[in-house]
Amino acid sequence: MTIEVKNLVKKFGSFRALDGVDLKVNDGELLALLGPSGSGKTTLLRIIAGLDWPDTGEVGFNGEDALAQGARERHVGFVFQHYALFRHMTVFENVAFGLRVQPRAVRKDEATIRARVKELLDLVQLDWLSDRYPSQLSGGQRQRIALARALAIEPRILLLDEPFGALDAKVRKELRRWLRSLHHEINVTSIFVTHDQEEALEVANRVVVMDKGRIEQIGSPDDVYETPATAFVHGFIGESIELPVQVEGGVIMLGDRSLNLAADGLVPGASKLFVRRHDMLVGPSGSGAFEGAVRHVRNFGPVQRAEVALSGGETIEIDAPRDRELRAGDTIGLNPRRYRIFAGA
Amino acid sequence: MGLTLTWLSIIILIPLAGLFLKSLELSPEQFWNILSSRRTLNALRVSFGLAFAAACVNLVMGSIIVWALVRYRFPGRRIFDAIVDVPFALPTAVAGVALTALFAEKGWLGAPLAALGIKVAFTPVGIFVAMIFIGIPFVVRTVQPVLQDLDPEIEEAAGSLGASRWQTIIRVILPSLAPALLTGLALAFARAVGEYGSVIFIAGNLPNVSEIAPLLIVIRLSEFRYADATAIAVVMLVVSFVIIFAVNRLQRWAQSRIPAR
Repeated sequence: MTIEVKNLVKKFGSFRALDGVDLKVNDGELLALLGPSGSGKTTLLRIIAGLDWPDTGEVGFNGEDALAQGARERHVGFVFQHYALFRHMTVFENVAFGLRVQPRAVRKDEATIRARVKELLDLVQLDWLSDRYPSQLSGGQRQRIALARALAIEPRILLLDEPFGALDAKVRKELRRWLRSLHHEINVTSIFVTHDQEEALEVANRVVVMDKGRIEQIGSPDDVYETPATAFVHGFIGESIELPVQVEGGVIMLGDRSLNLAADGLVPGASKLFVRRHDMLVGPSGSGAFEGAVRHVRNFGPVQRAEVALSGGETIEIDAPRDRELRAGDTIGLNPRRYRIFAGA
Repeated sequence: MGLTLTWLSIIILIPLAGLFLKSLELSPEQFWNILSSRRTLNALRVSFGLAFAAACVNLVMGSIIVWALVRYRFPGRRIFDAIVDVPFALPTAVAGVALTALFAEKGWLGAPLAALGIKVAFTPVGIFVAMIFIGIPFVVRTVQPVLQDLDPEIEEAAGSLGASRWQTIIRVILPSLAPALLTGLALAFARAVGEYGSVIFIAGNLPNVSEIAPLLIVIRLSEFRYADATAIAVVMLVVSFVIIFAVNRLQRWAQSRIPAR
């Protein structure tokens, strides 16, 4: 099942939750919608599910108009952040719900329903919990039951709204890996929403980065990390050093200091320079584009994280390898191995 | 511990025991004769029958009120929310006088109803109306917190799993609210059975027609027929105990399935 979203706009009062979103999701893909809270990612997901309606725009499933259908007809599996399990029903009945509410004409007989639920509980590896109530389960177990329940209706699309958002870090990591292998197994077109970049980059085939109701970049996890399309994406994904610079006459200025960096093809004016923390190479004083004094050093696993006061007045944090020991008070030169400059203040 | 038990005994258990002892002065035969007299039976029938009918009406109307108060935001919602408590706070006699004035043949509501041939004040219908009035907050206040706790997301979940609106209400919402609804029903019923103040003004108090059991107790007392009064009282007490017991069981059942968060 492919999904095409065209020029979607959704306003809540004067707040534009979605401000002209275009997106095409390929068949069998596992797509992440990544963005800070308020970026519109959940709104987009809810519109695709039929739980919300756009002010203008189109949503198509395999070319047919999905907006003509309600949530009930769309045949979409939706997994909620807080599970939304039916707490008066056992795990078994929760998973069976979608099968039991089918119109009489297509409803399966009891034996088929039982077999199907059993199969789904096996798939999420929780068949031994079938007689429990949701209140007796852990968060991770509840979310897996919610997923089994959504899969029971054999959805054309699977949508997950911050599926691991309410879980603790360790369970979250386990479930991430599990979700990826599950998707590999069932291969249904899936979209999940997250504000956790690590989650998006680790689980998804493609990542859609959103901010303020707009899509900033669509690409593979490598693309969005290695070649961010906008200043927002660079700042949001990975840990970046961000410096306000001025591009004038083929030179890049930081404050009143000219940086020895190529400025070919850059638009003159106020800009932002981005460097990944680990792309700042440390050298002897006077050797690099930047000069700075080490203020503070913390050993951080394989790297040492140093706080450096640049001579331009800015203070940055860099991650340097442990081979060259840094000490507070050292004066060093810094050279960015890779950097990106985006126009605009 | 000792203090609690002593206090509980003085306040509740000793008077109740006294009531039972007093009724023991009657032989079983006398006891049976008092209870099976036409006037007593009719009074009990009026009290319990109308109280149950009123509680059922309150269950339905109370659920609708709760739904509106919890799920919708409308101007004056807080005021309506506060108004629900008025029957709690109002002295029952005041409520009785107000309802009587309203439903009397020349009252604001009584007059149009009388034109339709419906007489409310001084009939069993009047008792029914008063019982609805005093019972409504019990249903609303019992169900309200449970509904507030019920995440609207579960309705969306049911919808996206293919359930119709009707299936969602029957299979998801009502079962989640059922323990609270039944508790509210039982509380409203218990209150209506015991209601005295607001009912006697509007009832007309015709023996066998619109005479409630608590009033009959008062009448028997004023006739110095203490044993008769206690016999009726004991019956009401036993029924009340059964209701409270049932409410307790319901709540325990509800808690076993729904976690305290």
